[in-house]
Amino acid sequence: MADITETSAPATRATPAAPTRRRINWGVIGDHAILIAGSLFMLVPVCMVFMTASHDPVTIHREGLQWWFGEELEANFSAALFERGGFTDTVDGMRMLTNSLILGVGFAIGKIIISMMAAYAIVYFRLKFATLAFWVIFTTLLLPLEVRILPSYEVIQSMGLTNTYTGLIVPLIASATGTFFFRQFFRSVPEELIEAARIDGAGPLKFFIDILVPLSRTMIAAIFIIMFVFGWNQYLWPTLITTEEGFFTLVRGIRQIVQVIADGNAIPEYGQAMALAIIAMLPPVLIVVFFQNWFVKGLTESDK
Amino acid sequence: MARVTLEDVRKVYPNGFEAVYPCSFTVNHGELIVLVGPSGCGKSTLLRMVAGLESITEGEMSIGDRVVNDVDPADRNIAMVFQNYALYPHMTVANNMGYGLKNRGMAKAEIEQKVNDAAKMLNLSDYLERRPSQLSGGQRQRVAMGRAIVREPDLFLFDEPLSNLDAKLRNQMRIEIRSLQRRLDTTALYVTHDQVEAMTMADRIFVMNAGRIEQIGTPSEIYHHPQSTFVASFMGAPPMNLLPARTTGNTHVELADDLALPLVSHVDYAGPVQLGIRPEDVRLKDGGDGGTPFKLDIVEELGATRLLHGQLAGHAFTVAIPHEERSFDDTLTLDLPQDALHLFDHETGRRL
Ligand SMILES: Nc1ncnc2c1ncn2[C@@H]1O[C@H](COP(=O)(O)OP(=O)(O)OP(=O)(O)O)[C@@H](O)[C@H]1O
Ligand SMILES: [Mg+2]
Repeated sequence: MADITETSAPATRATPAAPTRRRINWGVIGDHAILIAGSLFMLVPVCMVFMTASHDPVTIHREGLQWWFGEELEANFSAALFERGGFTDTVDGMRMLTNSLILGVGFAIGKIIISMMAAYAIVYFRLKFATLAFWVIFTTLLLPLEVRILPSYEVIQSMGLTNTYTGLIVPLIASATGTFFFRQFFRSVPEELIEAARIDGAGPLKFFIDILVPLSRTMIAAIFIIMFVFGWNQYLWPTLITTEEGFFTLVRGIRQIVQVIADGNAIPEYGQAMALAIIAMLPPVLIVVFFQNWFVKGLTESDK
Repeated sequence: MARVTLEDVRKVYPNGFEAVYPCSFTVNHGELIVLVGPSGCGKSTLLRMVAGLESITEGEMSIGDRVVNDVDPADRNIAMVFQNYALYPHMTVANNMGYGLKNRGMAKAEIEQKVNDAAKMLNLSDYLERRPSQLSGGQRQRVAMGRAIVREPDLFLFDEPLSNLDAKLRNQMRIEIRSLQRRLDTTALYVTHDQVEAMTMADRIFVMNAGRIEQIGTPSEIYHHPQSTFVASFMGAPPMNLLPARTTGNTHVELADDLALPLVSHVDYAGPVQLGIRPEDVRLKDGGDGGTPFKLDIVEELGATRLLHGQLAGHAFTVAIPHEERSFDDTLTLDLPQDALHLFDHETGRRL
C-alpha cells in the first residue's frame, strides 16, 4: 500500500516535465492511473470505516459515514473489544475474536490434514478406484455448503453438536480444492525419492510424516493462508449453528450490533460496529503479510 | 556372504510388455557386475527386481541363502544409489545418511558414529550439516554413496550413478566407487550404458539387449570374443566393422570374388556370414605382397589415435591407427590379421 502512493507521486510529477522531452509516456501514466484508481477503490472504504469508527452513534446516525476523525476512537474500540453486550450480556469483542480465531485456525488446519491424507491415499496407494474417488471428491466443488446447508444442519443438530466448536468446524472441513492441490504436488515428488525411502525402511506412515509433510511445507503454508481467510469470513454456517452468544464469531457479532435497530428503536452502536469491522479485518491481513514472506521464500528456495 | 542367484527370472509389466525375458545367473560374493546395454533394454528393470522395487513375474531370486521374491526392499539388506541421487531435500547430509539406520531403530550415538566414519571415508566431514541443495553434484553423489555404505549392506545396487556428472568427475568417481567396493568387500550390481564404465569397473559384464542377456563375461572376453554382432558393435569405440562376406567351407572367408582372407581354423559352414574386424586390430601395410586395398575418405584426428574412414570391398570401414606423423594416399593397403577376424551368422548374428 505504501509503495503504491510512493510510486504514484513521481509519476504525476513527471507529467509537467514531459514537454521538454520528446514524448509523454502515456502507457506508464495509464498504468499508474489504473493502479491508483484500483487502490483508492479498495482503500477509501476501509479508511472511511476507520474514521467513522471514531464518532458517536448519534452523529453517524444523523450524518452517515464520516470523512474525518472524531473524538470517540478509543472509546469505541475499547467498548467493541471489552464491553459485554448481546441479550445475555456475556459476550465481548475478545470472546468473539477468540471464537473467530478458533474457527479460522481449526478450519484451515482441519482442511489441510484431511486433504493431505486424502491426496496421500489417492496418489500413493494402489486403490482400485483411486481415480474415480478423486473425481468424486473433485465434483464436490459443485456442492458448497450453501447447497447442502439444510441436510448438514439436520445432521449436526441430531448429533447434538449445535453450539459447539466441533459443530462449527467439522462440516466445513472436507476440501476438494485442498485435495486437488496436494494431489498435484504429491505427483510431482520424484519417484526415486519414494523408492529410496522404501529401501531405507520407511513405511507408509513414516514416509508421510518424515518426508512428505516436510516437503509440502510451502504448499501447506499457501493453503493455510487461503483457508484461514476463508474460514474467518464464514458467515452463513456460524449464524445457523450457533445460537448461544458465547460462540459468536466477529463477523456475526457485527451484524448483531446493527441488529438492534430492527429489534427496538434504540440507535445501534454504529461506532462500535465499525470498530469491530476493523478488528475483524486485521487478523487475515496479518496472516497474509506474515505467511507471504515465508511463502515466497519457500518458492524461491528450490530444494525439491 | 552374499551371492545373488537368479533362476529363470522374468518380468512382464502389467501392460503386457515383456521387459526381461527369463534369465539365470549367479553373482559371486564380492564381485562387481556391470549391466550394460542400450536404452530401454531392461537393465533398470532387472536391477529394480533385485532391489525389490519391482515385482518378479516368474522365477526365483535369492540373495545369500534366502529366497527374496516376496521380501520387502527394506529387509533385503541392500542399498541402492540412484541416477539423480534421490537425497531427501529437507534433511541434512547427516540425516540423509542416517535415516535408514534410524528406521531400523539403531541408537543415536551409534548412528552418529557410523555416519561420521562414512563421511570421513568419502571426504564429507565438513558438509554433514548442509542440505543437499547446498552441495555440488559430485558431493551429492558421494552423499548417496554414504547413505548406501552406512547400512553395511550385503549388496550395492547402482543405477547409472555417474551419468549426471561431468566427464572428469565421472572418471574420478568411477575409480572411487571401484576401490570402495573392493575395500568393503561388498557384492555390487552396477547399471550403465557407458561402455567405458563397463570395461573399467567390471569383474564381469552382462551385456543386455531388448530384454535378454546377450553375453556374460569378463571385460576382456566381451571385447575380444563377442558372442554376437550386437555385443561386437555395442562394446568398443569406434565399433567393430561388420562386413557381409561368404565362407566356402574351408579355411578362407571371401569378402568379394577376388578377395579372400585366410582364417585361423577351418570353418565347416558354407554360405553368407558377417565378418567382424575391430578397427584397432587392423595394420597399415607399408609395401610388400598381399594386403587388402582400402579407399580412404576421411581422417579423424583423436590425439592419441587416428581414425581412417573409407571403403573396403565396397563397404564402409574404419581403421584406428596409433598416432604417427605421416600423410596418407587415397588408396592404402591394409593388413587384416587372421586372429582378428570374427565370423557371425548373417541372420541371427551369433558367433560361428
Ligand atoms: N512400468 C512400466 N510399464 C510398462 N513398461 C515399462 C515400465 N517400465 C519400463 N517399461 C519398459 O521396459 C523396458 C525396459 O525399461 P528399463 O527402464 O529397464 O530400461 P533401461 O535399460 O534401464 O533403459 P535406460 O538406459 O534408458 O535407463 C522399456 O522398453 C520400457 O519402456
Ligand atoms: Mg534405466
